[in-house]
Amino acid sequence: MTPDPFTLSHWYAIGRIEDFPNGYKGEHRILSTDIAVSHHGELNVTGPEGSMGVQTRYGHVWTTLSRDPRPLYNMPEFEEEGRRLVTAGAIAVRCSGLRAVENFLDMAHFPFVHTGILGVEEHAEVEKYDVSMGAAGDEIWATKCRFFQPMAAAAAEGGQVIEYRYRVAHPYSTILYKTCPLRDGHWDLIGLFIQPTEEDECIVHSFVLVFDEHNTDTDLLHFQQNIFLQDRMVLENQVPNKLPIDPRWEMPTRAVKSHGVTWSTTRFEKVA
Amino acid sequence: MKLYDYVLSGNCYKIRLLLGFLDLDYEKRPVDFFPGREHKSDAFLKINPLGQIPVLEDGEIRIRDAQAILIYLASRYDKSGEWFPGQSHSQIAEVAQWLAFSDMITSTASAARLHDMLGYNLDIDAARAGAHRLLRVLEDHLAHQEFDGHDWLAGRRPTIADISCFPYVALAEDGGIDLFCYPAILRWIRRFTALDGFHSMPGINVSP
Ligand SMILES: N[C@@H](CCC(=O)N[C@@H](CS)C(=O)NCC(=O)O)C(=O)O
Ligand SMILES: [Fe+2]
Repeated sequence: MTPDPFTLSHWYAIGRIEDFPNGYKGEHRILSTDIAVSHHGELNVTGPEGSMGVQTRYGHVWTTLSRDPRPLYNMPEFEEEGRRLVTAGAIAVRCSGLRAVENFLDMAHFPFVHTGILGVEEHAEVEKYDVSMGAAGDEIWATKCRFFQPMAAAAAEGGQVIEYRYRVAHPYSTILYKTCPLRDGHWDLIGLFIQPTEEDECIVHSFVLVFDEHNTDTDLLHFQQNIFLQDRMVLENQVPNKLPIDPRWEMPTRAVKSHGVTWSTTRFEKVA
Repeated sequence: MKLYDYVLSGNCYKIRLLLGFLDLDYEKRPVDFFPGREHKSDAFLKINPLGQIPVLEDGEIRIRDAQAILIYLASRYDKSGEWFPGQSHSQIAEVAQWLAFSDMITSTASAARLHDMLGYNLDIDAARAGAHRLLRVLEDHLAHQEFDGHDWLAGRRPTIADISCFPYVALAEDGGIDLFCYPAILRWIRRFTALDGFHSMPGINVSP
């Protein structure tokens, strides 16, 4: 299946900047398409129709199959003083990238999948939260999400109620803003940049951008990878592997439906 | 005691498991195995010239290789003597045999997992086929043990042989290796996860 125009119109992360040092040459894949990446003084990405757009941002290298891509969204937090960026590397998952976004947005799984870290079974209920479209109409925000977490971050000491905001700025990328356990009024960022390789396979590049003076980068990396690998097991066992478009699900469905996304999805009727 | 550790490493998990069963205090020194390849850095090669984790330091002693560390910890700290039984020569040999076997599981099932999960470039078909060859041997052995009324690899009680084989067998599905055709292995995994002092790691399905 050829990807729909909306899916094709985006930039996709294909790795961390340091994964493509000068002299690098390698084969990669996005949207069921082989691409070649090389670095000789500058980065080059080539697809079936020749040279493709490439940019480095947010610690990662991004490319697009589109000749006229939508601009990559802004994350002004990357310019803020005092934050630390830890990139967790490329982790392959046998599921639709849209599924990975959906799971990331679903707080209800915390107590069961991340037991003792992001949730406890005694506090499993998800309170009401707000969902709104971003200013330009092409982003979705879920705000005022609150959840009790026994160990909200590597730097957390003891359980606390954490406030969350989720941002879906791109169908394959989602960022979580989470109250910083160390600094009042600040948000820590955790995000996924997903590289859809096939309709039912993806590579997840994740990062944390936090205020934290206690942990080493490797402590943060282990915390993040531990959580993400708990998710991976669940994601790989979901049936179907593609995102079912179920009118009852608010967040992912709204994003997907309003833009005519079909690639990597499956209609709910087929599932039921 | 200090363990050079990586959260997603099954070999490090072997050590975390035994330290947990023995209820021993230790300090973790996290290693950026992926994506940073810290285990291949000059600084780490001074700690283990093989560029591998786990490594354990206990006072002046430094040990590499998960199986060697298991032997060390069990023979030094397990007062019950059950994790590494030293009474019978044949049982010592049996445990040693499964410890060696577990390192073969590392080079097949763990390799498949590194390929599927972290994008390592290796012969995935060979890795999976090798893993299935070993799993059949393990399946037959466990079925025989059950027939003799033994729940574990080397006798009536779990030993470091079980600890050593457990992680990469239980994580096999991460590498696209299906376990459903190994019923005795699945039963053994269930028994193992029900042990007192057991704790999980991501990728291990602890079904009640
Ligand atoms: N025989 C060693 C193998 C350890 C091993 O393979 N460790 C992996 C991580 S789980 C590693 O460091 N691999 C890097 C390499 O072998 O180059 C043991 O059992 O400790
Ligand atoms: Fe999760």
